[in-house]
Amino acid sequence: MMIIVVSLFVLLMLVAAVAALIFKDLMSAVIAACMVSLIASILFYFLQAPDVAMAEASIGAALITAVFIVAIRRTERFEE
Amino acid sequence: MRSIISIFLLVVIAWGMITVLQEIPFGSSETRVGQRYIDQGREETGAANIVTSVVLNYRGFDTLGEITVLFVAAIGLGAVLSTNRKKKKREIESASLVLYTGCRFLFPLILLFGAYIFIHGHLTPGGGFQGGAIVASAFVLVYLGCRGRRISETGSKAVESLGGLIFIGIGLAGLAVGGRYFLSNFLPKGELNTLFSAGVIPILYIAIGFKVGSELAGVIDHLIEDSE
Amino acid sequence: MDIQGVIHFMQNYTYYIGAFGLIFIGLFIMLVKRNLIKVILGLSILETGVNLFLVSVGYISKGTAPIFSNASIEGKSMVDPVPQALVLTAIVIGVAVLALALSLAVRLYQHYGTLDLRQIREQRW
Repeated sequence: MMIIVVSLFVLLMLVAAVAALIFKDLMSAVIAACMVSLIASILFYFLQAPDVAMAEASIGAALITAVFIVAIRRTERFEE
Repeated sequence: MRSIISIFLLVVIAWGMITVLQEIPFGSSETRVGQRYIDQGREETGAANIVTSVVLNYRGFDTLGEITVLFVAAIGLGAVLSTNRKKKKREIESASLVLYTGCRFLFPLILLFGAYIFIHGHLTPGGGFQGGAIVASAFVLVYLGCRGRRISETGSKAVESLGGLIFIGIGLAGLAVGGRYFLSNFLPKGELNTLFSAGVIPILYIAIGFKVGSELAGVIDHLIEDSE
Repeated sequence: MDIQGVIHFMQNYTYYIGAFGLIFIGLFIMLVKRNLIKVILGLSILETGVNLFLVSVGYISKGTAPIFSNASIEGKSMVDPVPQALVLTAIVIGVAVLALALSLAVRLYQHYGTLDLRQIREQRW
């Protein structure tokens, strides 16, 4: 039963990564990458690594997204 | 054309990876050094969280290198983004009342949560790096809600330097008192699973928490400057 | 292939598929895209994949987290703490390197007025 939940999370994570690849709007791509980090932190929790899960959730999903959004505001939002 | 070449390259890499992965079945890790840390870690360091004792005691010198990398990256970011143009005073559009009040209300709570995480690093999951990141995200919230309010740069630099100095000072004290290696655990270990245990580990994690928090908040501050 | 075989395959390879999927998508973004911010985004995804792979190598089936939260816990079936400590430091270094790369991208944009790598290469100065 557990393995089905994990597989669904992995699938969702890969879909979000592909979305970060496809989107032309950089802001949407950054939000998709944030979702990748969030689901990765859930997977770290399932792998019995709560320290790493905490670091990934607070750094990967919050701070990296904030840094990217600030950088996009200082440059341009759309690719090409 | 470019993507076809890239996909070909990735397929070659994937073939190599799959060949290697046949040798590493999932769920049967066989490293003996990890098992030794688990068996001896409680007696040798006094920390209930084995990851913490690996980060700060068995591999403490690596952590010193890591906070140095963090420091150099923060310095480099400041040097790259510094301009000698005069900063223009611009009218800043203030945030809405709900956002402003919510940020004012949540800021001390998030700071408290971050402090809890890095003080209890040797007992529960968490530690200086996670707690510092949570403290920095509290400052991100302030930049979002209370526009125009900045952290003082000298203050954050002072906290950051103080954290680094405490880390190196405790390491050198361990070398002088314990006499064997850098960062040796020379304070009394105390009882397992209590707040005042594990010798120098809580002090080191508090220093790292302040250092990482002020450093990441400074990074955000440098990036957000005159972008409005 | 019957249902048991599928479940066995999934139990052995799900985390590896996720980690290597992220690694390859990140590498593909870095190789193909020409927008600098997109390239740095690919770097971040690649890093997440590598971290996931390292932690999943240290996993033991039916293991527990390496924390002695009360005195009765035995240390026999705990997952390997060394990759976890390694990944913990790698994540923190990752955000610093990423912020440095983004600041360089911002400076390039201020100098050239574009983020496209082809146009930056054409303009030279």
